[in-house]
Amino acid sequence: MQTTTLILLLGAMTFIAFYLGRSRSLATVGGAAKLAKLHSLPGYYGYYAAIWVLLPSLALVLLWTIVEPRVIVALIIKSLPQAEQDLSAGELNLLVNNIRNLATGDVVSGDISVLLREASVRFQELTATSRQLLVTLTLGFAVFGGAYAYRRIAPGFRARNRVEQVVSAFLIAASSIAILTTIGIVLSVLFEAIRFFREVPVTEFLFGLTWSPQTAIRADQVGSSGSFGAVPLFTGTLLITAIAMFVAVPVGLMTAIYLAEYSTPRIRAITKPILEILAGIPTVVYGFFAALTVAPFVRRAGEAIGFDVASESALAAGLVMGIMIIPLVSSLSDDAINAVPRAMRDGALALGSTRSETMLRVLLPAALPGIVGGVLLAVSRAIGETMIVVMAAGLAANLTINPLEAVTTVTVQIVTLLVGDQEFDSAKTLAAFALGLVLFVVTLGLNVIGLKVVRRYREAYD
Amino acid sequence: MAAMTESSGMDEATAAAPAVKPQAPANGKAGDGQVGRGRDAARPDKDARHSALTGRTVGQVRCENPFIVAENIDVFYGDNHAIKDVTLEIGRNQVVALIGPSGCGKSTFLRCLNRMNDSIDIARVTGTITLDGQDIYSRDLDPVVLRARVGMVFQKPNPFPKSIYDNVAYGPRIHGLAADRAELDEIVHVSLERAGLLKEVKDRLDEPGTGLSGGQQQRLCIARTIAVNPEVILMDEPCSALDPIATARIEDLIDELSANYAIVIVTHSMQQAARVSQRVAYFHLGTLVEVDETDRIFTNPQHKLTEDYVTGRIG
Repeated sequence: MQTTTLILLLGAMTFIAFYLGRSRSLATVGGAAKLAKLHSLPGYYGYYAAIWVLLPSLALVLLWTIVEPRVIVALIIKSLPQAEQDLSAGELNLLVNNIRNLATGDVVSGDISVLLREASVRFQELTATSRQLLVTLTLGFAVFGGAYAYRRIAPGFRARNRVEQVVSAFLIAASSIAILTTIGIVLSVLFEAIRFFREVPVTEFLFGLTWSPQTAIRADQVGSSGSFGAVPLFTGTLLITAIAMFVAVPVGLMTAIYLAEYSTPRIRAITKPILEILAGIPTVVYGFFAALTVAPFVRRAGEAIGFDVASESALAAGLVMGIMIIPLVSSLSDDAINAVPRAMRDGALALGSTRSETMLRVLLPAALPGIVGGVLLAVSRAIGETMIVVMAAGLAANLTINPLEAVTTVTVQIVTLLVGDQEFDSAKTLAAFALGLVLFVVTLGLNVIGLKVVRRYREAYD
Repeated sequence: MAAMTESSGMDEATAAAPAVKPQAPANGKAGDGQVGRGRDAARPDKDARHSALTGRTVGQVRCENPFIVAENIDVFYGDNHAIKDVTLEIGRNQVVALIGPSGCGKSTFLRCLNRMNDSIDIARVTGTITLDGQDIYSRDLDPVVLRARVGMVFQKPNPFPKSIYDNVAYGPRIHGLAADRAELDEIVHVSLERAGLLKEVKDRLDEPGTGLSGGQQQRLCIARTIAVNPEVILMDEPCSALDPIATARIEDLIDELSANYAIVIVTHSMQQAARVSQRVAYFHLGTLVEVDETDRIFTNPQHKLTEDYVTGRIG
């Protein structure tokens, strides 16, 4: 029986269990007229029975699909002659693959020996047995589960509480997916980073002034020993982030002040959606805007007043990144200003404040924690931004604070280190994970601080 | 029972009010201020009194030595006619209480007096209001200057999230009332003193104003208002968020302040109106039904609606 058929069958059984459970609950009290004697509504008894049919059997199917291939492979290997069993892990793996491919009718590498053919027949037999066993066990679980639930249904039985427990378990599982994924990402980055730090000392990585990740491919190669001092990347990232914030914070804040306090409803109704469109433009589009429009413009403008500007300058990337962040700053600041109670505004106005005095002396100070929190979130966004800097900032790891020169950032280097064919035992590739770890720690820290500030501020007025 | 039938009759009258409004008061008696300023406008007999909501005001809308004069004020919020043809005078050094059921327009009227309704886009005010003879809705009057002259205390205490000192110093600072720090200190101390708060806070002027108790916060807001040296203080249910003891302190304070300021206070408490005010104005569904001296409103109201309200039968 196909797995889909099995699942469909289970679905049908679940439906039946629901209706059986529901009618059973009504029957125990003697009809719908005496519904009040039931602890829970009849539907809950139905759900209870359905859950008992579905969950145990589904769990079994899941477990089976995970365990079955391993067990079969182990049995196949065991049945092979001793000579084959003594092969190295790689070769054995290849052999097993061939057996499996032969069994399922895929292309097989090499000649088909008698041994291979016998093993593949065994493989087919084992798979068929396993499948039969699975179907029987699953249906058995479903029937027994349903029967167990059916027997437990009684007027005093708290079906609703049980169903709600299951529902809340599902909700917890759903919410933990994001958390578990984060932990998984952190661990994977962490382990690769630790491998990197075995080859390159932490101090050299964090304090070294030269970044040149090319390592020798052949032992006799010269000149490419690799140098993993990440300071130029950190300064490059900070430089571009600083330029971006220099653009985004004043513009975003002034936008927010205008929208929150000065604009008419009509202007607000037009401006806000446009800002949201700005927030929705893919960063790769910002990237070629930066590389093709802004960077040449910056270069020409710089040359016109006698500066020597690199064609891929930190300034161009920072400017465009700042524009990208404006909506974030303005909408978070707008929220913060609007969250200041109307009573504050009225109080200030009633004392004879002008609009600007109200804004500068009352609303902004009151909203400042929220605004600071928003800016911190924007900074962490800027640090983690990749596409714009990949396209506009360049790859040269210059240690400079001159915004007219080309710099490179942590994210750009991660991209260049991991694009293309990689060997995962070289420091060059592993360096990406170390950089990723640094990036993760910094942005996580900023986010935590930012959210904390925002939350503390919210508590002040609610 | 009587009240029930009366109020249902009143609803019909309300629905018909715009049509009937200008002509013929209910029984020909001229209780409204249009006739004369004197107190001698004939009072109707008990049995022939006003009972319908006609849009005319009974009692004395005029007063001696008026400081604020509101003439024929209408306020619209969009299509909603919130205040209908209200005329009222408020004297110097007088406490006028505005009473009436919720939504009757008393707060709206109060907010007309310092143009706080300007900040509501859909609000439109017609009629004239003069402050000491000067039209406050005229084009060349800056609402900012007006609000410095007409202070306001709100229903919920709303101290700024600043120190106690800075809360009181806020107004003098923005209006440049103090030449130096010493002068500012003086203003802050005097204002807190007059608001009856100085003793409690003088050792912690640097602490945030939001950390005070509700009653103290409200007195801080009063101190903040009088620090600007206004001529009129508007109070919008200043005690509704306070306990009885804090309320009593505010009421004492209103009494003291009335020596120097004209005070207009909106209140839901009849007792409070009786205790603090010299005159009472009763609003009903956007209409000023009756204005008179406080004693007379509470002991011998001329309008049936006023009587029902002050005796607790409606509202």
